[in-house]
Amino acid sequence: MPAVSKGDGMRGLAVFISDIRNCKSKEAEIKRINKELANIRSKFKGDKALDGYSKKKYVCKLLFIFLLGHDIDFGHMEAVNLLSSNRYTEKQIGYLFISVLVNSNSELIRLINNAIKNDLASRNPTFMGLALHCIANVGSREMAEAFAGEIPKILVAGDTMDSVKQSAALCLLRLYRASPDLVPMGDWTSRVVHLLNDQHLGVVTAATSLITTLAQKNPEEFKTSVSLAVSRLSRIVTSASTDLQDYTYYFVPAPWLSVKLLRLLQCYPPPDPAVRGRLTECLETILNKAQEPPKSKKVQHSNAKNAVLFEAISLIIHHDSEPNLLVRACNQLGQFLQHRETNLRYLALESMCTLASSEFSHEAVKTHIDTVINALKTERDVSVRQRAVDLLYAMCDRSNAQQIVAEMLSYLETADYSIREEIVLKVAILAEKYAVDYTWYVDTILNLIRIAGDYVSEEVWYRVIQIVINRDDVQGYAAKTVFEALQAPACHENLVKVGGYILGEFGNLIAGDPRSSPLIQFDLLHSKFHLCSVPTRALLLSTYIKFVNLFPEVKTTIQDVLRSDSQLKNADVELQQRAVEYLRLSSVASTDILATVLEEMPPFPERESSILAKLKKKKGPSTVTDLEEAKRERSVDVNGAPEPAPASASAASTPSPSADLLGLGAAPPAPTGPPPSAGGLLVDVFSDSASAVAPLAPGSEDNFARFVCKNNGVLFENQLLQIGLKSEFRQNLGRMFIFYGNKTSTQFLNFTPTLICADDLQANLNLQTKPVDPTVDGGAQVQQVVNIECVSDFTEAPVLNIQFRYGGTFQNVSVKLPITLNKFFQPTEMASQDFFQRWKQLSNPQQEVQSIFKAKHPMDTEITKAKLLLGRSSDLGQHSLKKLILTLQTLWALASSTPKPPRLDACCVWSRICKLRCTGSRCAQARTLFPRGYVTYCRSSFNPMQAVGLCVLFPCVSATLGDHTAHSTMEHLSTCTSSLGPGRGWDTKGLLTGTTAGLPVQGGPGSMKSRQPVVQSTN
Amino acid sequence: MQFMLRFSTQGKLRLQKCHVPLSDKEKKKITRELVQMVLARKPKMRSFLEWRDLKIVYKIIHASVYFCCAIEDQDNELITLEIIHRYVELLDKYFVSVCELNIIFNFEKAYFILDEFLLGGEVQETSKKNVLKAIEQADLLQEPRHEYFNVPV
Repeated sequence: MPAVSKGDGMRGLAVFISDIRNCKSKEAEIKRINKELANIRSKFKGDKALDGYSKKKYVCKLLFIFLLGHDIDFGHMEAVNLLSSNRYTEKQIGYLFISVLVNSNSELIRLINNAIKNDLASRNPTFMGLALHCIANVGSREMAEAFAGEIPKILVAGDTMDSVKQSAALCLLRLYRASPDLVPMGDWTSRVVHLLNDQHLGVVTAATSLITTLAQKNPEEFKTSVSLAVSRLSRIVTSASTDLQDYTYYFVPAPWLSVKLLRLLQCYPPPDPAVRGRLTECLETILNKAQEPPKSKKVQHSNAKNAVLFEAISLIIHHDSEPNLLVRACNQLGQFLQHRETNLRYLALESMCTLASSEFSHEAVKTHIDTVINALKTERDVSVRQRAVDLLYAMCDRSNAQQIVAEMLSYLETADYSIREEIVLKVAILAEKYAVDYTWYVDTILNLIRIAGDYVSEEVWYRVIQIVINRDDVQGYAAKTVFEALQAPACHENLVKVGGYILGEFGNLIAGDPRSSPLIQFDLLHSKFHLCSVPTRALLLSTYIKFVNLFPEVKTTIQDVLRSDSQLKNADVELQQRAVEYLRLSSVASTDILATVLEEMPPFPERESSILAKLKKKKGPSTVTDLEEAKRERSVDVNGAPEPAPASASAASTPSPSADLLGLGAAPPAPTGPPPSAGGLLVDVFSDSASAVAPLAPGSEDNFARFVCKNNGVLFENQLLQIGLKSEFRQNLGRMFIFYGNKTSTQFLNFTPTLICADDLQANLNLQTKPVDPTVDGGAQVQQVVNIECVSDFTEAPVLNIQFRYGGTFQNVSVKLPITLNKFFQPTEMASQDFFQRWKQLSNPQQEVQSIFKAKHPMDTEITKAKLLLGRSSDLGQHSLKKLILTLQTLWALASSTPKPPRLDACCVWSRICKLRCTGSRCAQARTLFPRGYVTYCRSSFNPMQAVGLCVLFPCVSATLGDHTAHSTMEHLSTCTSSLGPGRGWDTKGLLTGTTAGLPVQGGPGSMKSRQPVVQSTN
Repeated sequence: MQFMLRFSTQGKLRLQKCHVPLSDKEKKKITRELVQMVLARKPKMRSFLEWRDLKIVYKIIHASVYFCCAIEDQDNELITLEIIHRYVELLDKYFVSVCELNIIFNFEKAYFILDEFLLGGEVQETSKKNVLKAIEQADLLQEPRHEYFNVPV
């Protein structure tokens, strides 16, 4: 009980609090509170002016109610009134209420700021203190605007009381954190630095906090603080425990200040030698003291002492320059690893993780490996165990990798579910990184799947496949091992995936052994098939078709499986389609084509391990990268460069025989299929073809792109007007209905739509239309018919300009009318042989086109995927050679940055694009065949990073399909090409003309194609 | 330090001090989350937790009240434990012997003392004497101290 004998502070408040405490239920409490709120409201609204005491009491009650968790929506004004009271306690309650309850956008802020201003000017230290506390508690921008200039003056003024200085320093700190732009640096900064020398340790403490925060952003301005901080620190650590009187805390001299000073020093590199010597002495003293017997058994003593010690170790690690100190720090932490205090063990593990990344202390950290492994087994707190895992990961190098990986694997069996995935990632990374023998790596990953299959994320099993594909020496072993692992009666689905993939690629390497003959391999995989999820089954189907290629002897077995109802009529579209397509492929394609299409996957480009990226994402970059950065010599491992390096850089450090897939360094090797004709017809594909027409309405370009593949829809819409389109095309003719809708209730006057064709367009495109009625009533719709004739190929689109008056203002809208060359395309039949033959004739160097450009945008797989899926139709705009290339480019990026199954995805996206453009019954076939062919060709000659011999894509389509798909693809390309306009460097007489002009063309006598070649030379 | 909470073992919030701008809604959500999290801890576990991108340091006092502070990543956990301890000492000293009821009935005092000790999330004055002197001086300014206590009725 407090020392109270008589009287009461606020009796009414005490009664109220007692009442609340006596409430038996939540409902009773709410009832009591509502009663009180009503009472206070009536008092505040009442006619009788309240005296200061009553106001204070009621405001205090409101505060109490608020702190109970109820909303308070009145009383702010009364609280503000209290601020101007002369009675200290009233002012104090007013400020408390404001600090707790007033948010920054309150309209009262001006009144509050006024009251604060008065108190700051009062020169009464207690009032000033209250005002400063309030600013520091609210810390809003408005307050910063009002006081950020004033507070530094108070802080450095000679006659300011110490306690006010302390408040001012921290108040300024709070304002700086909230609105750094409003706190101007200036003369005061140097004087603030000198507060480190102040006699009053409280002032030094507050000032150190401020300086630390300011120095982080403005290191130059506060550079002089380093030597002052060191000398202050030195005086503290060498002082006897009684010297500092009340600033000594459980026999530790000024622990808070010490920690802050050490923190401040971490904003700077090691100081120059003179100061450095003194600092080293301080740090040594701190380390020495840690060895002394404790002066007290109280935990406060040990905490305060160790708080300083850990901060000192942080500084030592930060400087990372004194081997002696680093090793001592490490030994000290080693002692803590076995301390009975969980807190200390935890912190020691944490600090050691950072020490492990220093070249000076890495070895010292490694000596504690057994203790850490023991911690992994015995710690009761899961987060401590997790730190132990982190530390093992950090201290791992080639010398102890096998031991650490083995320990982690065995821990994984019993590990908490919450950290399993992370451990799996770590094991996978370490195994890959320090693998001398890749058979060990393969074993480790298979173990991971066995022990914690559910936690093996896609990245992990993708990665093992990448590595196996890139390393010839391990492929046979991998095939054998997965084959054996798959023998287990119950194996994890991830194993089936890995097994399916690896056997599909390398099953031939073990097929010689009668125990793993093709049929046995197939039966083994297929025995798992029905237990697997759809994606895995889809993968297995791909494995089967690869088997058809690898092992002709099981072809009929596989065809039987594919033909079975459960495949051909599977409810899942993906499975059904794969079954249909693979079955068809296996029966129509010749062995040569099959071998080409299903050729072994090309090596993956070396890049940052996707697992590492995932771990970084999970843990934040700092915990993962230090090791890599500290030990660059290890980057020759498959794990590669520490950062996602450009492919050329990582390729250089790659020991694997993989060809540089992205082909940055070398010219693309010759394709295995028909050669894309050589030539120097470089294209500047990224230059814009200027469209010198009237300014277009914003967003119309997007809409325009949408119409490339469709004929009907809304072309333009704003608040006044909507323009809809319906159009149809046949051969070289078309008709377009344009609907103008007045969205307002007011008439449009002088309504005049005009069709504008640029000069060169006029010759190629005939547009005929009739004028429309010049008035459009509110809510009405007007229709206009445009007859279109395509005379010759064209690049620009006509522009529709609409002018009208609306309510006295003149409106002018321009939109591009989506009449594009592709509207006049006709499908054509052609046998594949014919196409191929023609293709092969294109051997003239003039007939190949290549262009090199840098990607304009970073290629983020996920974003790209999303974009492709969402915006695929707009990717086919008429100006879209650029886009088409970009699409191919991004597809390639997708295909090569992700392991194989997504690679197929990427191709599906691509084929979807194709599908949009060629609506024919055979598209389904294109879809399956394309991916494989696509990849095959990409590998050999398609170089997207640099860019593209686009045309190499098409023979592979035609080779396997030989239908109009190829043809229309080609035509689309020619459209795009010609859209680049003259002087752009595509010699359209080259490859494209050569190809398309030679193609058989179907179409009536009126067809534009029969009148003129599709593409004319533009040069 | 970003915020400090003081709550009973029943999860009743007794004090909440926030040093970063947060809306009331966020504060409520955070409080609920942290109280649950800390109450679920077992003895012998470490007194620190990771939470969002912050570190939570908590301590149980007199077997009935929890203190819980959220500090930033680079802040020192052990010294934060002692901040809690020092604050408890200050309350003890001011209320002569700290008893939960005193603090409930004089909740505003707990805030004033905290403001003297910690401001803007940083330690302002670590000397026990200096903090209490400031508070007592303020009490003396207007009323004799004994009149200023709120007494349970």
